[in-house]
Amino acid sequence: MPLYYDDDQAMLADSASDFIREEGAIAKQLRHWRDRDCKDGFGHGLWEQFGEMGFTGILLPEEDGGLGMGQVEANIVLEEIGANLTPSPFLSSSVLAATALKHGSDDTRGRWLPDLVAGKNVYAVAIDEGPKHRPEKIACKAEKSGNGFKLTGKKDFVVYGASAEMIVVAARTSGSDSDADGITLFAVPQDASGMSHDSVRLVDSSMASHITFDSVELDGDAVIGEVDGGREILNAMLRAGRVGAAAEGVGVARGAMDMTVDYLKQRKQFGKLIGEFQALQHRAAHLYSEVEIARAVTIKAAQLIDAGSEQAELMTSVAKAKVAKAAGLAVKEGVQMHGGIGMTDEYDIGLYMKRDRALQEFLGDMYYHAGRVAELSGY
Amino acid sequence: MADLEQFRAETRSWLEANCPPEMRKPVEDENDVYWGGRNAKFKNDAQKSWFEACRDKGYTVPAWPKAYGGAGLSPAEAKVLREEMARINARPPLSSFGIWMLGPALLHFGTEGQKQRFLNEIARGEIRWCQGYSEPGSGSDLVSMQTYGEDKGDHWIVNGQKIWTSYADEADWIFCLVRTDKDNKYQGITFMLFDMAGDGVSTKPIKLISGNSPFCETFMDDVKVPKSYGEDIPAYVGEINRGWDVAKYLLGHEREMISATGGGDRASSLGAVTSRQGELDPVLRAEMALFDVDALAFTAMSEKFLDEVKVGKGHPAQPNMLKYAGTELNKRRHELLMAAGGSRTLEWESEETEHGKPARSWLRTKANSIEGGTSEVMLNVVAKRILELPGA
Repeated sequence: MPLYYDDDQAMLADSASDFIREEGAIAKQLRHWRDRDCKDGFGHGLWEQFGEMGFTGILLPEEDGGLGMGQVEANIVLEEIGANLTPSPFLSSSVLAATALKHGSDDTRGRWLPDLVAGKNVYAVAIDEGPKHRPEKIACKAEKSGNGFKLTGKKDFVVYGASAEMIVVAARTSGSDSDADGITLFAVPQDASGMSHDSVRLVDSSMASHITFDSVELDGDAVIGEVDGGREILNAMLRAGRVGAAAEGVGVARGAMDMTVDYLKQRKQFGKLIGEFQALQHRAAHLYSEVEIARAVTIKAAQLIDAGSEQAELMTSVAKAKVAKAAGLAVKEGVQMHGGIGMTDEYDIGLYMKRDRALQEFLGDMYYHAGRVAELSGY
Repeated sequence: MADLEQFRAETRSWLEANCPPEMRKPVEDENDVYWGGRNAKFKNDAQKSWFEACRDKGYTVPAWPKAYGGAGLSPAEAKVLREEMARINARPPLSSFGIWMLGPALLHFGTEGQKQRFLNEIARGEIRWCQGYSEPGSGSDLVSMQTYGEDKGDHWIVNGQKIWTSYADEADWIFCLVRTDKDNKYQGITFMLFDMAGDGVSTKPIKLISGNSPFCETFMDDVKVPKSYGEDIPAYVGEINRGWDVAKYLLGHEREMISATGGGDRASSLGAVTSRQGELDPVLRAEMALFDVDALAFTAMSEKFLDEVKVGKGHPAQPNMLKYAGTELNKRRHELLMAAGGSRTLEWESEETEHGKPARSWLRTKANSIEGGTSEVMLNVVAKRILELPGA
């Protein structure tokens, strides 16, 4: 498979880029909702438009109302979301939760998917149990109770958790905290009694929940997939989410870089455009090379996922780590090269830095994924 | 597709039958390969038989047309051959500046007569070329070069000095930039081809920090270069005074080639290789992991670039970016290899290190970001041609 978009993908990229640049622009979405102190942190109107465009079901098969596309296509949308800093539940709902729900029974899919595809509802996923991403360890417990389960424990960094109609929760149904097996995924509805959100605004103005489950009673049909057999689905979710977060990070890097390069061509100091200074030219050119490389490996990882390749696991971690390096560089150079104005709230470059910081942590940072690259390579 | 699968099967069995086991080991350095030419010697029988099998099949230059000594493979077939060779770690049968640099320039700019003669000689490994670009005082600023060819009607008299001429002392012919119009900086350079054995050409190796001398100074003292070697075989490529166009085209190829030697093309992870030699300090292990991230990502970038080139996508200045990133990566790789190997890698002449291979290779890589255009020049080109920054 060549490492560029085929004609259909290029067409999707064009339409996604036009649409998101227009409707998902910083002033129209991120600043708009932030300045109104919106409790959701994103606009439902835009989410419905995503539904009309078909984006919401991009990874879902056609029989579920989706577009039946792959990770490469989902990433195309995510890169534009990143470039425009569009606050959107797309990654949580249409990539992570949708990947889980694909493995659900007919009943489960019938119950949750239509409203997702229509852009009516958003869903969240609850994986982390502390400030760092450590999905190898899951302590949150679901015990058999009658025909169903009783869920007890805590989850952190549940993005848009308080706005979600349903949350996919990874819980332990057997074994001990560090066991790979014994994990079960549950579709927990918003109104489940005993579930409480402590919803907080993050540095990038998005919302995330600390969730406490206090003997939350769940029906047997809340189970997604097999009891005790959730690890494999969780891994599929993580691959899709991580490579998706990498694609969004590529967008953030691209957006920050474009803004910075434009600024270098406009800002004058010492009677010259600052872009004429070689000290800045070399840093900009180095940045370009890092961003291009990060983008290439992200496309590669997405293609490997779509092809069901064994290498997908390794390349997903390579992509997540490489993007973290490149995007981190892009936003830091962006703020620095903008000088004083880069420190102001009025100017957008700082918003890229904030979003990048949140994306870096989401589903594992550079250190976590570089460590995984080492482990998967056998050292 | 079915044809390609059949081609793969045939290629696999051909390689099985023709590639000796000794040729299925990664090349360790540039002395490990066969360079061809008038005075060429094979290191061993395996190298000889592997070269000859490939030559007869057109596999020294698989993508060149059959008429010029190639196998006439399509890009897709050439990729299959590359993949199948990589799968068994097959060494390139012939290393040659003729293949990497002059060949592409001749395919693009050459006359039919030049192609018939020179491409066939290159493909059959009969001629070893060197490249006369840099001069003392004209390294990265190539167009400031001074070597002058005085027009004498049917020939030029060339005087001047070239430097960093890789393997000039072992080369048969040189492709050389010569100023033929002193008044025009860019449009006064001619791209000439001539025999190193001719009167007035002499070379002197330059000993490097690695202890080796792959580079030479090359002196031209009243060298007589005819304008033609026969019908439709001019001694220059492209047009007289327009050699800069050819040189630029060729530099693009050179940069691609050098970038391909970057850390990224190694299939094996650096951390995995070094950890087999002993336990890694935790911080070094972390550095290795971060290096492997960059190297694997760079491999994807190279693959993307090659895929895009095939269909005419991609920015024409991207080889500069690849050259920059690839060579910086290769330097980092060898720094880490030295650190992982510890005091053993310091040994300059021991048996165990095959006469100081690790240290010499480490020192050799320092040239990667200088030769073929420095990293700084690459960044200038990216700033100017891709980012379109002002005054760059």
